[in-house]
Amino acid sequence: MNLEFSPEEIAFRAEVRAFIEENYPEELKDIGSREDLTRDQFLAWHKVLGKKGWSAPAWPEKYGGTGWTSTQRYIWSEENARVDAMMPLPFGVSMVAPVIYTFGNEEQKARYLPKILSGEEWWCQGYSEPGAGSDLASVKTTAVRDGDHYVINGQKTWTTLAQHADWGFFLCRTDPDAAKPQEGISFILVDMKTPGIEVRPIITIDGGHEVNEVWLTDVRVPVENRVGEENMGWTYAKFLLAHERSGIAGVARSKRGIERLRNIASTEVLDGEPLINDDTFARKISQLEIDLTALEFTELRTLARESAGKGPGPESSILKVKGTEIQQRLTELTLEAVGTYGAPDHRGFPEDGSNEFPIGPDYAHHSAPTYFNFRKTSIYGGSNEIQRNIITKMILGL
Amino acid sequence: MDFNFTEEQTMIRDSLARLIREQYDFETRTAVVKSDSGWRPEMWAQFAELGLFMAPFSEDDGGLGGGPLDAMVVMEEFGKGLVVEPFVPSVVCGGGFLKHAGSAAQKEEHLQAIMGGASTFAFAYAEPRGRYNLADLETTAKKDGSGYVLNGHKAVVIGAPWADKLIVTARTGGDRRDTGGISVFIVDKGADGVTTRDYPTVDGRRASEVYLENVSVGADALIGAEGEGLPLIETVVDEAIAATCAEAVGAMGVAHQMTVEYSRQRKQFGTPIGKFQVLQHRMVDMFMEHEQSISMTYMATLKLGEDEVERKKAASAAKVRIGQSGRFVGQESIQIHGGMGMTEELAVGHYFKRLTMIDSEFGNVDHHMRRYTALSADEFQAAAE
Repeated sequence: MNLEFSPEEIAFRAEVRAFIEENYPEELKDIGSREDLTRDQFLAWHKVLGKKGWSAPAWPEKYGGTGWTSTQRYIWSEENARVDAMMPLPFGVSMVAPVIYTFGNEEQKARYLPKILSGEEWWCQGYSEPGAGSDLASVKTTAVRDGDHYVINGQKTWTTLAQHADWGFFLCRTDPDAAKPQEGISFILVDMKTPGIEVRPIITIDGGHEVNEVWLTDVRVPVENRVGEENMGWTYAKFLLAHERSGIAGVARSKRGIERLRNIASTEVLDGEPLINDDTFARKISQLEIDLTALEFTELRTLARESAGKGPGPESSILKVKGTEIQQRLTELTLEAVGTYGAPDHRGFPEDGSNEFPIGPDYAHHSAPTYFNFRKTSIYGGSNEIQRNIITKMILGL
Repeated sequence: MDFNFTEEQTMIRDSLARLIREQYDFETRTAVVKSDSGWRPEMWAQFAELGLFMAPFSEDDGGLGGGPLDAMVVMEEFGKGLVVEPFVPSVVCGGGFLKHAGSAAQKEEHLQAIMGGASTFAFAYAEPRGRYNLADLETTAKKDGSGYVLNGHKAVVIGAPWADKLIVTARTGGDRRDTGGISVFIVDKGADGVTTRDYPTVDGRRASEVYLENVSVGADALIGAEGEGLPLIETVVDEAIAATCAEAVGAMGVAHQMTVEYSRQRKQFGTPIGKFQVLQHRMVDMFMEHEQSISMTYMATLKLGEDEVERKKAASAAKVRIGQSGRFVGQESIQIHGGMGMTEELAVGHYFKRLTMIDSEFGNVDHHMRRYTALSADEFQAAAE
């Protein structure tokens, strides 16, 4: 057991650091708010990485993965976090793609994977429904066979960034008479430009437009767009959720966030002294950083198990629960740190093109919306309570 | 980066686990704890025979060429079995001082005896009014010819009733709480002027109040340089923290397992209580605390060799996390066992008690939170300048 990096790994770190410094898009540097980006901004770094062959490090090499070891992937995420890089969105690269290359046929792999790698096509996830959140198996959206097509009817919700999506992967009920709710579901790829699809924005408590309702009315999709076998979609959906969890800890990004928090706390003033000198506040940062260290080493142990050939197991639920708790506490402490300047609502103020100064320090502007927005993290990706159910069943055996 | 154990470490773990399973079951432990001496010298000898005491030392020092990771493996098993014998005081602390700063002659005389099990050390660092500050010493050592004369009162010296040698920290200069002027001595427990009051601790071990009254020691009793003992003490205490964290990890794992098992069997309202989601989620939280404690123990152990600030931060972070996790896992174990958890008869309460007392060894959560925060502030300041 040791924490040393090999000379090759040290050289690798230098290589990726240099690449990031030279190629990370200038316009994305120091962007505070992440959900207000344009489609091009979201994709800018993804496209650079696609050209370099680095957009999907975790994929098997034959589909375009990098063949990096788990340590190299750890270095990669650390180096990207240093510049707070806008990484490729997960819906294509880490969610639908593993399902396609694991369960899809050769035509599907050839058709979809290259455009996910390059960032040319944007994917969204059609899982949740108004009546199916944590209880995902109760999906009601139907796909009825009509010759060479499925006809899809229903409503999806919480569909993240569907307003930009070219494609979506949808869970649809193909056998309404199945004995169990988990049976009779299929995993279907849908072109978002197909007639009958309507995307309606949901504005969240932070004021952002990140999620949507997707209404599907007589949407005709070729049968060849189904991945794997009919009625076996639940298996693929669960597989996807396990993959979704493994990147969710966000350790490197939270480290960067703590650094930012320390900077804010050394600028803010309490009784004429930097806030960071206040023992009460400083210890909250310490506690957060200590818990983040525990998470980091838990993730490293998980990565080590993975690279020993044991795929992401139910342990990855710990990463989801603890990772999101830490992200939430970080946004909470940041809001606390900025004090009363967390209050001004900066949406549309000052107006674009006006030369008025914004209210309060720059670092305060997004602190409240970000805190509001991050309440989502313990709800999405299988709520933290669902993660506890998974551990109960898979690890405690109760 | 590598998280695998070596073949030697795995062998130590397996043979120690077997020995504890066969000869250290809970009933036997209970009888030993209640016996006059409170430990089994013959068990201690068997641990020595297994090579446990040699494992963490270099081959140059006559050890097996291992290090803190080997101590970690040993202490995790000790934690699982609630072993009371003093591996941390004698091997990690006593051996640690000698390993880092002992002269060739001191190593020859004392380290060999520790590794062979012939000599047992205890670490007399705490004082009645020093709390967890290793530099807050009222014990003095005054130069007397080539040697020293020691006076003072050392508090709750774990394992002292079983020890023949004490490591004593004392002031050779400076004022109370100064970082300079601290020295480390080896004191024979049988020396003139050493008196002890021995007593059992609430978690099944034995400790002493140690009184030093004009105790004369030779120049060869001093470990390291006179007046420059604090960095050495901090190094050894950080190693002891890592080993104690490993013990807590072992104890937490068993307390959690026992609780899950109990929840399977115990029925209320016609259902095993393990079917109740409110209890399931609490047991999952215990599982997560345990897993994170394992991670922190690896982290702190692996960082013992890094530069001073990194090492100290790692040890303090681990001790904070383990203090909090140990308390949580211990308390939840009792709660989920219900009334049975309150009984002396059941093992789970004894795991709870050990986990509780681990927090106060080598600095509790608050102490290490303060230390970690101060170190972070220095680091942040240095980076800003």
